Amino acid sequence: MYKIAVIGDYDSIYGFAALGLDTFPVTTHEEAGERLHVLAAKGYGIIYITEALAAELKHEIARYQGQLLPAIIQIPGISGNTGDGVRGVKKSVEQAVGSDILFSN
Amino acid sequence: MASTQITPTRMELTKTKKKLATARRGHKLLKDKRDELMRQFLDMARENMELREKVEAGILSANKNFVIAKAGMDEATLNTALMAPKQEVSLNVDKRNVMSVNIPAFETKTRTADANDIYSYGFAFTSSDLDGAVKSLADILPDMLKLAEREKACQLMAAEIEKTRRRVNALEHVIIPEAQETIKYITMKLDENERSSQIRLMKVKDMMLEEAHHYSERA
Repeated sequence: MYKIAVIGDYDSIYGFAALGLDTFPVTTHEEAGERLHVLAAKGYGIIYITEALAAELKHEIARYQGQLLPAIIQIPGISGNTGDGVRGVKKSVEQAVGSDILFSN
Repeated sequence: MASTQITPTRMELTKTKKKLATARRGHKLLKDKRDELMRQFLDMARENMELREKVEAGILSANKNFVIAKAGMDEATLNTALMAPKQEVSLNVDKRNVMSVNIPAFETKTRTADANDIYSYGFAFTSSDLDGAVKSLADILPDMLKLAEREKACQLMAAEIEKTRRRVNALEHVIIPEAQETIKYITMKLDENERSSQIRLMKVKDMMLEEAHHYSERA
């Protein structure tokens, strides 16, 4: 049985605790990177991470991209939408097709 | 060119022909795999984008609701209200095989069946805005889970498509032409050898006839 985690700054993620997801508020991206690895090893199937943090942890996240689990999914934080999540989808289309034929406009 | 290092023998020719046949078959199969993966991937990517836009909009509005809720009550009360969640979500992960790519299939179970267990606080000291905020977040949770499933599948499939495409291209543009080149080289070399030995035999025959009958002396 797996669990679901949410990583981000406290203000962005405290609401998810009410739903029954495990929230892990962090302040620095070093802390977030460590937390990410710990959670990935501890049986979390989905890890939601705020876009702002994910931008600093590209390298760490890329390590898990080829694995079935965990699924690391970017969500917008309280400070707004940076567009990184959408860019991630476009990037996989680009990787597969060679150029972005679906969402280029 | 690799064909220069090949010994032009009949055995090598048979081997290369077999290799070419295998390469052709592999190329066809991999091409089919790539096409089917691509078809499924494009559907999946479209769905992924739709879900992402929906989830991002949902989270944004939920965040707004939380800000409003926070404004209506003091921080300590809010923190206490959300400190001990009643509900707990656990995740069941199944694997689904799409053209030899394992993609996850998530299924969630909540600890209690009661939908109202997301409100982990007494209603006396919190504002009603908080209830709305929590509800709006709970409403997008199913979509968030679906998004996680689709996005992971997209990433895995994209990687597999890239790998398959490379293999198809390598077979099409390197392995198959090289094998064809080698076959051509060996056949030509063998033909050449055959002609050369034929000529040699004819020459020897001429010489032996000359020895026996002394044609040149008679003329």
